[in-house]
Amino acid sequence: MSQRPLSPHLGIYRFAYTMAMSILHRATGLVLSAGLLVLVAFLAALAGGADHYGRFTALAGSWAGRAVFALLIATFLFHLANGIRHLLWDAGIGLERPQARRSWKLVVLVVVAGSALLWWWLLGGAHT
Amino acid sequence: MSDDTQALTRVLGRGSAHEGAHHWRAQRLTAIALGLLGIWLLVALGRLPDHDYVTMRAWATALWNATLLALFTAAACWHSQLGMQVVIEDYVQGWLRPASLLVSAFIHVLLGAAGLLAIVRIALGS
Repeated sequence: MSQRPLSPHLGIYRFAYTMAMSILHRATGLVLSAGLLVLVAFLAALAGGADHYGRFTALAGSWAGRAVFALLIATFLFHLANGIRHLLWDAGIGLERPQARRSWKLVVLVVVAGSALLWWWLLGGAHT
Repeated sequence: MSDDTQALTRVLGRGSAHEGAHHWRAQRLTAIALGLLGIWLLVALGRLPDHDYVTMRAWATALWNATLLALFTAAACWHSQLGMQVVIEDYVQGWLRPASLLVSAFIHVLLGAAGLLAIVRIALGS
């Protein structure tokens, strides 16, 4: 196995923001995978009855719980917006370097604005 | 190369298993589904007046909501499994690679089954 050819890897590339986006796509994917635990915990608690669900909301309503939800919302938005970028690339759209540079800035804009909106809407105290 | 040799190299994890296209397509199909279902979930949760037990239970019991919630849970577990597989194949080496792939697959199936069963229980009111 050690004799097999190796693809170009992180260690030999100069840093670029488009590259950071690519790394973040994986990182946010991993965070969202961990978020599956939160999803299943929520579903199991809701199925388990009022007491069980009460323990879940007590945890979710704490500062740490709200921070986790805030992180998951922003992470989802990033993975979604950047994922659309990847899907467009798969279709052969936006592959030129200036386009890729413009689209990563658009993704960041969507994540920042969307996160602010959703934090306010879902976590901002409109619901208890 | 004979078929036997190809089978051996596959077992040893060398060369193509000829399943790449299926993985690629499933990853993108689940991605599109998750984008739509994820936005639906966020908007649906945002539109609820409260997130207490009675409200949430009534919301998740509605057939349409239970259906989309089940699809979201299944697609999320599937997409997560596909992504985790790629990450493991890229970064984990030696005997830890097949071991990690196995553990990842088991955990994803477990989470998917638990999530779906919970949704069914809620929908049936049991």
